[in-house]
Formats: sequence, structure tokens, C-alpha cells
Amino acid sequence: MLELKHISFTVPAEEKNKEIIHDVSLTIPDSRLVVITGPNGGGKSTLARLIAGIERPTAGQILLNGEDITGKSITERARLGIGFAFQQPVRFKGIRVLDLLRLAAGRQISPADACDYLAAVGLCARDYIEREVNASLSGGELKRIEIATVLARKTTLSVFDEPEAGIDLWSFQNLIEVFQKMREQIEDSSIVIISHQERILNIADEIIVLRDGSIDRRGPRGEILPTLIGTPSAVTGCRKVQEGGNRA
Amino acid sequence: MIKLDEIQKRLLREVADLHTVPEGAYNIRSNSQSVGRQSTAHIEIIPKTDVSGLDIRIAPGTKNESVHIPVVMTQSGLKELVYNDFYIGEGADVVIVAGCGIDNCGTQDSQHDGVHRFFVGRGASVKYVEKHYGSGEGSGKRILNPVTEVYLEEDSTAEMEMVQIKGVDDTERTTKAELAAGARLVVRERLMTHGDQRAVSVYSVTLNGRGASADVVSRSVARDRSYQKFEATIAGNAECHGHTECDGIIMDDARILAVPALEANNVDAALVHEAAIGKIAGDQLIKLMTLGLTEAEAEEQIISGFLK
Repeated sequence: MLELKHISFTVPAEEKNKEIIHDVSLTIPDSRLVVITGPNGGGKSTLARLIAGIERPTAGQILLNGEDITGKSITERARLGIGFAFQQPVRFKGIRVLDLLRLAAGRQISPADACDYLAAVGLCARDYIEREVNASLSGGELKRIEIATVLARKTTLSVFDEPEAGIDLWSFQNLIEVFQKMREQIEDSSIVIISHQERILNIADEIIVLRDGSIDRRGPRGEILPTLIGTPSAVTGCRKVQEGGNRA
Repeated sequence: MIKLDEIQKRLLREVADLHTVPEGAYNIRSNSQSVGRQSTAHIEIIPKTDVSGLDIRIAPGTKNESVHIPVVMTQSGLKELVYNDFYIGEGADVVIVAGCGIDNCGTQDSQHDGVHRFFVGRGASVKYVEKHYGSGEGSGKRILNPVTEVYLEEDSTAEMEMVQIKGVDDTERTTKAELAAGARLVVRERLMTHGDQRAVSVYSVTLNGRGASADVVSRSVARDRSYQKFEATIAGNAECHGHTECDGIIMDDARILAVPALEANNVDAALVHEAAIGKIAGDQLIKLMTLGLTEAEAEEQIISGFLK
């Protein structure tokens, strides 16, 4: 269970300091898939980075399973079971996909185990395991490998920052299936996804709408989703593609 | 039977991955003496008579054979200049493993300067692996100044892997190559300097024949207060392809100078250079830290991957 208590985050700006997150309090219980949505610039990604420890709040407290982790580093939080998938996956020269999955798993997993994680994100492992996590991989491939590194970690809380950003429609369909499968096997862990894709909101247990750094509203999917349809907080896929039309 | 002490054995493992006497042709040089040598039916190792060094003659058509010529130095204050010439016969396909390890526990500088010349015959293929390594707590420096000259005849290939990761205080590496038509040169250099070390690496590659190609890639890491200079010139005198890349990670108070140069003397010469120097990206560190690594562990993984 993750608890945020009166979290604020301010960055220095030219004239006066800019508040990105304002007094946010929320609880993410175990065995839940929570989607945080809201307009661009509303503070969604910042909130995700605050949870992972990449940014530190200027006020407030963060608790994981009752333990105060506000002062803990990224590494300490990771070791306590927080996983984080970047919106823009990082590239590494010389580090292979297998190496990265081994670092994620924290042990020398076999290529066969690594293949399972890649298969789970829809990649044919044989083609990828020896490849370097560098610019030779496409945005969609990197994104799926990024998600595989979180799967390999066996986390208690996994945070995905806009997993749909930068990937094509075909990959997106697979991605939904990946999250659905994760939801089925969630057990005592929880999943937080930052997204404004309607199809991701559709698999949420709970939806939180973040606007101008504050919680605008939150509640079960059935209650919140209907209020979002047609707004930028619940974007549908490309209408033309979904209708099967061709743009010549 | 070759007699080596523990330090010498350790150096041999570092520079040539050798745990026992190698198979095939070899010459092991320890403190300026040859302590073991073996020729084979196709590979002849003959000591030079005018200067210190060896002539290594590989018969035409020799396939899947290897030559090991490691050098170890454990005597402080030793300085040597060695000339090794490799004659690789037409159509041969061989692996040559060189390398030098210096352990200097004393106060005087130890220095090994090796001049290696490769004459690669038509259609032959050679893979050359050279590792340099230094150890020892003495105040005496460990100095290595290798000169490598490669002459590639038509349709021959040389792949050169040159690695210097640790412990060499001062190095000036000079590599020169001349390529005839259809010849191919691939160089992969890996360099890491630390402390107050200094490393200069100069490449001069001339593509003389039609269809010749060269790919010279250096990856380096400069830490502490060390200094590195990488200078690569590729000249194209015919329809040819040349590519040089210098990729450097800079840390602490180190300095790196990269000087790539291209000279096209023919309208069909296609030459490219790339050079990039920068510190380890913050995102890379953060990503590995979100996997549970400490910042220092993350840094180590990034560097070892980069230098792999």
C-alpha cells in the first residue's frame, strides 16, 4: 500500500517558484490497478517521479506499507519493491537486453527466463536478447523492453509513466494485453499507470484525475470514466484506423 | 618447461587469457628474454639477428591457427624496444594474440615499446588481439608505446582489437595502415585511463585501392585527472569507404581531446567521421538505480558495458 500525505513539489522559476504538485493526498491499496489521468502539464509524470524517488517532495510524506520512505533514495525505494518504467526509455551502449533484464532481476537469470519476460511484452526473445539497448532499437521495442525490466523485478508497486507514448497502434494493442495480464496476476502488489488513453482507463480499478497539480476527482472506473469520455483526459485511438478506413 | 612466477602468470592471464602454455605457435617474452617458443608446421617464429624481436612467417593457406606472443615485465627499471614482423601468406586465416603486462613494484620506470608490422598477403585474413595492462604499487611508471603498421594487399582483411583498461601510466599508440583494392580494416579500440595517466592514440589509414574500406572505432573512458588524445586520419585515394568514430566518457577532472580527420583525394571516396565526448547521462544512472543498483554500481555497469 502506498500513501501520499499532503505532497507538494515546487521548482524554482524566474520570478517566483512554480508549484507543480499542490497538497496531494492519496492511498493506493494493494491488488489495485490505478490510472492517473488529467490534462497535459497537470503534474502526472512529476507525481510518478516523486513516488520513485527521482524527485523529492518539498512538503509532505510518502509511506510504503506503513514505512516512511520520503527521505529514501531511488535505490532504497527500488529495493523496497518500487518499480518504475520511464516514459522515454533510456539507451545504453554495450549493455544487452539480457544484461538489463539480469540487472532488473537482481540475479543471473537464464536466457530462458529472460525470454519469458520478453515474450510477456510481445517480443520474440530470440531476436532481442543479445541486442544492445541502443539506438538501433525502435521506440516501441525500447518501450516494451522497459516494461519487461519492471516485470523482471517482482515489485510490490509498479509505476508506468505514459507507457503508450511513442509506440505504434499495433504495439499499443499488445500493451493493453500486457497490463490486463499483469492485473490478473496482481496478488498483493499494485500498479499505477500514468495515461490518458481511454483503453488503459478501461482496465483501471480506480481512476484519479490530476489537474493543475491537485486531485480534481477520484473514484472507481465506473464512476469517473463516463465523466472523462470526449475530454483530453480519455483520448481514444485513431478513429480512422479503428473504423478500418484508409487514408490514401 | 617454462618457469614463471605467480606475478608473471597473473600478467599472462590478464593480457592473453592464458592459463597454460598456448596451443599452436607461441613466444613468451619475460623480462626481455624469450622463456618459451614454439613454431608449427605452418607458422615459423624466428628471432631477429640485428635487433631484438621476431619474424613470424605464416605459410600461405594456413587456416584456423593461432600465434600467441605475450610479453610480461616484472623487473622495475627495465626498458626495451622490440620489433616483431608478421608475414601472413596469401589466403591464410589466423588469429594473433599479442599484449603486454607490466608489474612495477619499484621506483624506476618500466617501459616496453613494441613495433609490430603486418604484411597481409592477398586474400588473407588476420584477427589481431592486443591487450595492455599494468599493475604494481611502486612509484616507477609503467610505460607502453606500441607502434602498429599494417600493409594490406588486395582483398585481405585485418580485424584489430586493442584494449588498454588498467594500470598503464603513459602510452603513445601509433597505428598506420595502407590498404590495396578490396582490402578491409576493422579497428576496435577500448581505452580507460585513471589517476594521472596519459594516453595518446594516433591512427593514420590510407585507402589506396578501389573498394578498400576502413572502420576505426575507439571507445574510451577517462577518469580522475587523466588525459587522452585520440587522433584518427583516414585518407581516401580511390573509390573507397572510410569511417572513424571516437566515443568518449569523461569523468571527474579528466580531459579528452578528439581529433578526427578525413582526406578525400578521389571523387568516389566516401568518408565519415563521428566524435562524441560526454559524461555518463543522468538518465542512465537513474534507470539502473530504479532497478536497485547504487549510483556507484550503476556507473560501473555503464562503463563496463561501454568498454565491452
